[in-house]
Amino acid sequence: MKNIKDLLKEEELFSSGHRACAGCGEVLAVRQVLLASKKPIACAMPTGCLEIVSTIFPHTAWQVSMFHSAFENAAATISGMEAAYRVLSRKGKINKKIYFIVFGGDGGTYDIGFQALSGAIERRHSFLYVCTDNQAYMNTGIQRSSATPQFAHTTTSPKGEKLPGKLQPRKDIMEIVIAHEVPYAAQTTVAFFHDLIRKVEKAQSYEGPTFINILVPCPLGWGHLPSLTIEISRLAVETNFWPLYEYENGVYRLNYRPSEPKPIIEWLKLQGRFAHLFEEKNKHLLEEFQRYVDEKYQKLLKKCEVSGK
Amino acid sequence: MSSYSNEEKKECFIISWKNLTQGALIRDLKRIRENKTGSWRSLKPIWNKEKCINCYRCWMHCPDAAIIIKNDKVVGINYDYCKGCGICAHECPRKIQAIIMVREEK
Amino acid sequence: MILAKTGNEAIAYAMKQINPDVVAAYPITPSTEIVQIFSSYVADGVIDTEFVAVESEHSAMSACIAAAASGARAMTATSSQGLALMHEMLFIASGLRLPIVLCVVNRSLSSPLNIHCDHTDSIASRDSGWIQIFCEDAQEAYDTTICAVKIAEKAFLPVMVTIDGFIISHCMQKIEVLSDEEVKSFIGEYKPNYNLLDVDNPITLGPACLPDSFFEHKRAQAEAMNQALNYIEEVFKEYKERFNRELFILEEYQTNDAETAVICMGSTAGTAKIAVDSLRNKGYKVGLFKLRVFRPIVAKYLQRALKNVKILGILERMEGLSAFGGPLFNEIRSVLYDEVQRPLTISYVYGLGGREITPEEIEEVFLELLSLKDKKREDIEKFKYINVR
Repeated sequence: MKNIKDLLKEEELFSSGHRACAGCGEVLAVRQVLLASKKPIACAMPTGCLEIVSTIFPHTAWQVSMFHSAFENAAATISGMEAAYRVLSRKGKINKKIYFIVFGGDGGTYDIGFQALSGAIERRHSFLYVCTDNQAYMNTGIQRSSATPQFAHTTTSPKGEKLPGKLQPRKDIMEIVIAHEVPYAAQTTVAFFHDLIRKVEKAQSYEGPTFINILVPCPLGWGHLPSLTIEISRLAVETNFWPLYEYENGVYRLNYRPSEPKPIIEWLKLQGRFAHLFEEKNKHLLEEFQRYVDEKYQKLLKKCEVSGK
Repeated sequence: MSSYSNEEKKECFIISWKNLTQGALIRDLKRIRENKTGSWRSLKPIWNKEKCINCYRCWMHCPDAAIIIKNDKVVGINYDYCKGCGICAHECPRKIQAIIMVREEK
Repeated sequence: MILAKTGNEAIAYAMKQINPDVVAAYPITPSTEIVQIFSSYVADGVIDTEFVAVESEHSAMSACIAAAASGARAMTATSSQGLALMHEMLFIASGLRLPIVLCVVNRSLSSPLNIHCDHTDSIASRDSGWIQIFCEDAQEAYDTTICAVKIAEKAFLPVMVTIDGFIISHCMQKIEVLSDEEVKSFIGEYKPNYNLLDVDNPITLGPACLPDSFFEHKRAQAEAMNQALNYIEEVFKEYKERFNRELFILEEYQTNDAETAVICMGSTAGTAKIAVDSLRNKGYKVGLFKLRVFRPIVAKYLQRALKNVKILGILERMEGLSAFGGPLFNEIRSVLYDEVQRPLTISYVYGLGGREITPEEIEEVFLELLSLKDKKREDIEKFKYINVR
C-alpha cells in the first residue's frame, strides 16, 4: 500500500481552481481517490455538483480523461468505455492497462442512475464505482434523495408544522451492491484518509466491478461551517452512523470499531438539517434515530461475525 | 450580428463558432488555473513554520489542494486558490495549532 | 452474391460485414431480430465486436456514445418506445458529434400500444440533430447501412437508417450483397476526432457551457448539418461508382411528364409504384417521388423535382398531431414557399399502427388528386385520411 510519503509526491489530478464551495467534502473525496488510484485512469461522471464545479467550459479540473454525458447513465457510460477498451485491446490498438473509475453522487447512484448501476455491475464490467454520498440532490438545491437519512430537512422533505423532515430511512446501497455478489465493496469517509486510500487500492486489485461508498459532508446542504467538514465526517463514524467496513469475497469486515461510540446527538447537533430534532416536540425522534443507528450497527456486527466463520 | 463589443470579444475566449472544438471538448487542462479561487476568501489561514510537525493532516483534507509540499515538508499555503474554508486550521492538532484563521484584508 | 434476407436479417448481415467495435443494444419488437442475429454472429466468433447486452435503450445509446468517444466504432438498433427512451441521448450523441449508426425499425408510439409500422418514432426524433435516411426495402437497408457508417464518419454526425416494421423487417426478399472485403475497404478504419482512451492526452468531454459559449457550440453543430448533404451525396456517388448500385436522395418514378404526383417515404413507395404503373396503363400522367433523406431537409432536391408538379399528394405514415397536417406536409410546403410555381399540396395520413395501404387505395388518391385540377385552392380540403373508419 502506498504510504503518505508516496502520496505526497503524486500529481494532483484534480486541479485547484475548481468552483466547489469552500469546505466541500465531495471534491476532497475525488482528490483523495485520484491520489490513491493506480494510473492511467479514464473516468465517467453523471450530472451533479461535481460535474458543474469541475467542468465549466473552457475550464476543467480533471487532469485525466473524463466523460460526462447525462444524469442517469454514468454506469452505462463506463460500460461503453470499458467495452471499447476491451475490444480495442483485443485488436492490439491499445496495449496498456487503463483503470476505469466512475465518480457518482448519491442522486446519480441511488436514484436516477440506479438502473444503470445495477446493469453495469451485473454485466461484470471492469470498473470502480465511487459514490460520493452527500445524502441529497445538492446541485439542484438540496432536495431529498433515497440516500437522505430519516428526519433530515431538505427542500423536498422539509421540516414543517406537521412533518419532521424525511419520513423514510435511507436506502442501504451497500447491501444492494453486495447482493450483486461483487468481489469488493466498501464504505468509508473523507476524515479517514488512510482507510480511504487502502480501500481504493484494494478495490483496484480486483478486476471488478467494485464499489466504494464515501460519506461526504456538504456545508451548505447539511448546514454547518465549512471548517467542520472533516470533524462531521469523523463523528459520523464515531457515532456508528457510518461504520467503516468492507465486503470482500463474501466476508464482511468492520475496519474500525469505536471503543466508546458517541451518542448520535453529537453528530446531529452540529448540522442545521437536523436542528428541528432538538425542539421539545421532536425529542422522541432523537431516540428513534439512536435506536435506528444501534440496530443497523448490530446487524452489521452480526454479518461480520457470521460471514467471517 | 453580436451584442459583444470588440473589447469584450477579445477578452472572451470565444472569437467565433468557427474555431471551436467539436462537442465542446476540452483539451487544455491547465486553463482552470486562471480561475483564482483565492479571491473568494473572507478568512485566511496563516501557517506557522516553527510549530508545524508535518503530520500532513492539513494536506490530506484540503479540498482545493492548497497546502504546498516540497521535499516531504509543508512549506506554505497557495493563496491563489485557498478559499479560506478553515478545515486545515480545524484539523491541525489542538496541541500544535500551526495554522490559525484570520480575517482576510481586502 | 444473392441472398434471401428479411429486412432485419439484411441489416444484421450488413452490420456483420461492417464488424463494428461495440454494439450495445436492447431488444424491442420489431427490431429484436437484429440484436438476436448479431449476438449469434458474436457467439460464433465470426466477428470481433464487443456486444454489450445493456439493460435499457437509454443505456444502449449511452454505452454507444461512450464507446464512440473512446475510439470504437459503435452501432445499435431499436424501435418505437426504445427510440423514445433514448431520446435524451440522441441530442447528446449529436451534440458530441459522434458518428454512431442507429438502425430504427419503424413502429408506432404508445399510447395505445401497437407494435406495427408507422413513422412516428423516427419523426419524433427529427430535431435531435441526426441524419435520417428512410429505406424502401431490404436491399436499400443493406446498402444504406453500409453507406451510413461512412457518411457518419465524414460528417461527424450520427445517422439513423430506418426500415418499416414488419412490412420490411420481417418480409423475405432477394438481396444482392457485397463481399466482406468490399465492405471493409469501402468503410475503412474509424478515425475519431478525439479519444478518451488516449490517456497520454487526456480530455474532458461533455462539460457544462454557460450562456457565453453554448450558442456558439450549437451554431457549429448546425453548420455540420448544413454540410451533411454534401457528404451524403459524396458517399452515395462513391458507392454507385464502386458497386454499380444507385442510392437516391429523392427517387423519381415516372415523373418526367407527370403534373400530378404523390410523395412518400419507406415501403409505401413500392406499393405506390404499382399504382403508378396501373394508372399509366390507363393513360393517366402520374408519378411518384420517394423521399429517402428526411434529415437534413433536402430543399434543393425537392424544389428541383417538384418544379413542374401541379398537384402533389403528400402521403405520410405519421399524424404529427399538429392540427395542421403532418410533418412531411409542413416541411415540403415550407421548402416550396418561396418558389414561383408551387403545387397544390394535400396531406394524406395513412397506415398508422400498421394499417395496410394497398395499390388500389393509392390509385384512388391519384384519381382524387386529378379531380382537383379545376377546383379553387381555397375550396379544397387539405387534410385527408386514407382508410380510417
